[in-house]
Amino acid sequence: MQPYFFGQIGILHYLVVSTLLFTLGVCGIFLNRKNIITILMSIELILLAVNINFVAFSVKLGDITGQIFAMFILTVAAAEASIGLAILVIYFRNRGSIAVEDVNLMKG
Amino acid sequence: MADLLPTLIFYLFAGLTVLSGLLVISSKNPVHSVFFLILAFFNSAGLFVLLGAEFIAMILVIVYVGAVAVLFLFVVMMLDIDIVALRAGFLRYLPVGLVTSAILLFEFLLIFYLSLRAPAALAPVRQALPDAGQVSNTHAIGNVLYSWYLYPFQMSGIILLIAMAGAIVLTLRVRPGVRKQNIARQLERSARERMEIVKVKPGEGIS
Repeated sequence: MQPYFFGQIGILHYLVVSTLLFTLGVCGIFLNRKNIITILMSIELILLAVNINFVAFSVKLGDITGQIFAMFILTVAAAEASIGLAILVIYFRNRGSIAVEDVNLMKG
Repeated sequence: MADLLPTLIFYLFAGLTVLSGLLVISSKNPVHSVFFLILAFFNSAGLFVLLGAEFIAMILVIVYVGAVAVLFLFVVMMLDIDIVALRAGFLRYLPVGLVTSAILLFEFLLIFYLSLRAPAALAPVRQALPDAGQVSNTHAIGNVLYSWYLYPFQMSGIILLIAMAGAIVLTLRVRPGVRKQNIARQLERSARERMEIVKVKPGEGIS
């Protein structure tokens, strides 16, 4: 186990960090079922983990395409956060709460 | 000894990233969650700097911390939410969440273990990373982004435009009873239709 922990930091270290972040994001979606703000933040954590994965592989493979796709993911994450929070704001304005369980009342 | 310092810096950034990710999903107050999210973004920007991707690191700080996290902070502070009610299902969903994420983590680690035992053939390099001493990271990204990935770049601009327009359309509201200045209505008035000349006889007045 010696080379894996205190040797040269390789791609595996970064992949483990990104795996832990991804798992924390998925776990956060499960745990905070009532709190849609924390669900959105968990999605941001998942996208951050994906970004770490892309950049780590980009450096490992010597290919800059991974960093470019990390930027595209960043774009989509920003768009998703803005639309999600806008929906949250109008939902709160209409109902006075942000409980996720009440959302199915919107069904026609 | 010279080799140990980057290792320690990596473990500092990685540990703080994972720790603040844990605190994002487990802290009681959503405002604290947003602050820990900002800490996670800063530390992962440090990880990107360690990897040599400086441009992505700076974009991460600008976009995530400067825009997305501040947006979250505004929304969390603007909405008057009941924190206790939001935490209600936390303990009830704890077992299923832990089991699911443990299974997910186990599968990921299994993939790492198997790929360590039998390294797969590497994919061919499409856009080679230039030598860091020759060309800066930003320059290299620009060279590839504006030539090979021009259409995806334009499409991401359109996605941002649609997101901006969507957010404005969703949150714009027309309130009844608000007296707003209607400039077109003001300008189309003429003196002839608004003014009336009345001849007043002495001693009678206008009834």
